[in-house]
Amino acid sequence: MSPSTVDACVPAGHAWRPTASPAALRQAAQLRAAIREWMQQHDVLEVYTPPLSFAANTDPQVESLSVASPSVSQGSASHGTAPEGRGYLHTSPEFAMKRVLCAYPETDIYQIATVFRAEVQGRFHVSQFTMLEWYRVGMTHWELMQDVEALFTHLWSAFGLTPLPVETCSYCREVHRRLDGWPDDLKGETIRDYFIKHHRSFPEGLESDVAASLDLFMDEFVLPDFNENAITFLYEYPASQAALAKVGNDANGLPVAERFEVFIGRVELANGFHELSDAAVQRTRFITDLEQRRVRSQVPVPIDENLLAALREGLPDCAGVAIGVERLLMILGNYSHINQVTSFSDANA
Amino acid sequence: MANYGTNEFKGGLKIMLDGDPHSIVSNEFVKPGKGQAFARTRVRNLKTGRVVERTFKSGESVESADVMDTSMQYLYSDGEYWHFMNPETFEQLAADKTAVGEAHLWLMDEAVCEVTLYNGQPLAVTPPNFVEMSIKETDPGLRGDTATGGTKPAYMDTGAVVKVPLFIEEGEKIKIDTRSGEYVSRVK
Repeated sequence: MSPSTVDACVPAGHAWRPTASPAALRQAAQLRAAIREWMQQHDVLEVYTPPLSFAANTDPQVESLSVASPSVSQGSASHGTAPEGRGYLHTSPEFAMKRVLCAYPETDIYQIATVFRAEVQGRFHVSQFTMLEWYRVGMTHWELMQDVEALFTHLWSAFGLTPLPVETCSYCREVHRRLDGWPDDLKGETIRDYFIKHHRSFPEGLESDVAASLDLFMDEFVLPDFNENAITFLYEYPASQAALAKVGNDANGLPVAERFEVFIGRVELANGFHELSDAAVQRTRFITDLEQRRVRSQVPVPIDENLLAALREGLPDCAGVAIGVERLLMILGNYSHINQVTSFSDANA
Repeated sequence: MANYGTNEFKGGLKIMLDGDPHSIVSNEFVKPGKGQAFARTRVRNLKTGRVVERTFKSGESVESADVMDTSMQYLYSDGEYWHFMNPETFEQLAADKTAVGEAHLWLMDEAVCEVTLYNGQPLAVTPPNFVEMSIKETDPGLRGDTATGGTKPAYMDTGAVVKVPLFIEEGEKIKIDTRSGEYVSRVK
């Protein structure tokens, strides 16, 4: 692979033009075709779920875009103060896909969806991007990691590249090794002092938010060591960062979230979970999210009561993962800016 | 005083940090999929020139620094201060040794410099990228030697010492790149 030298900026007067080259558009199509081929080989059914919903993702770290939408029902949303007739563009197709799984628990499903996030733009960030999300019934997150590896091998071969080897890293053990404490028992001050000791910048007051301090710790000290020529699975997350994953135990019986992330170098490509199926626990996590939103002065959003109703009916034991398709293409095609692989960027969409 | 949010950060933006004016050298937005977003920056302290890394929480805001670059003409030095004039307003300013720094080696009459002003006071002086100076003193030129690539020190009126090719004579005018302090060419 030779480094791409395509300029990511749109030259003045050329805002109408795509930001991706014809070659990048062809590669994007090739990637989608290869994904569909693998999914078909593994008997995973393609589904389509609506991008616009009455409910939103409650995660305080993920902000939804909302639109005026008189046709969207408010009937099944709760805890929100969203004005009548407001709809939310999905930040991932997760809730709807889980409702499909609850209704038809014998089928593995996948979706290639455009998703939307009110996010700052950057080299790896754009507010509308393509997400590949799939669910495997009866699998744990461990088995799903092997699934991801198998898909990547297929994709690398489809692009005429040598498949990458796999490396692993335990989030909790890595934190423990460096900070001498289990992540959920750590104080923000301990993390701050580690930064100071290593002469690294630590944002003022961040120690009051342990989760955010840990995020920065991982980015500053752990991710830079990830091999650029390997797939790294980061797993055994702190139980406090379970999000929509089950909480289990590691080999020593300590609590860990049953989720993983996939990196190549320090580029985060995917997020996988052994899916939480307990409706009551899910409701508690939604309410905790909304409480955090209130504390941080973020907008409140409506909870998806239909998802909770589906979970009460029963989600089959399953694992699911979401992959950023543009980032995958950046790596496969050796592009340095996400705008080079999207037909149009946020600036000229 | 205005504030800048992290979403406005870009190279060249002047901000106040720890009481000193800084210029943002580079900024990268970092965000784990399920986590807090940060702005990772490299900033230059405009008083000391030191570049350090600085990380901000996304959404944090920082006070802007009242810093601006102005083109000014060098007038003279009284030994303690270097005096500059704004060629449009004729306003004069005196910069001290800290502000002038190494730039004094390249200051000649009427050279147009970039003077960085902080709260109206000179903070730093950047000389023109290229200056032309006459050599005050150097070893006699080796006539015809234009090929061997050897150099010798040449002394300027300002105190600057520049390595020049062996064929250059005392009193000759040469062009110098002030960013590297290197000889560029003979000026005829």
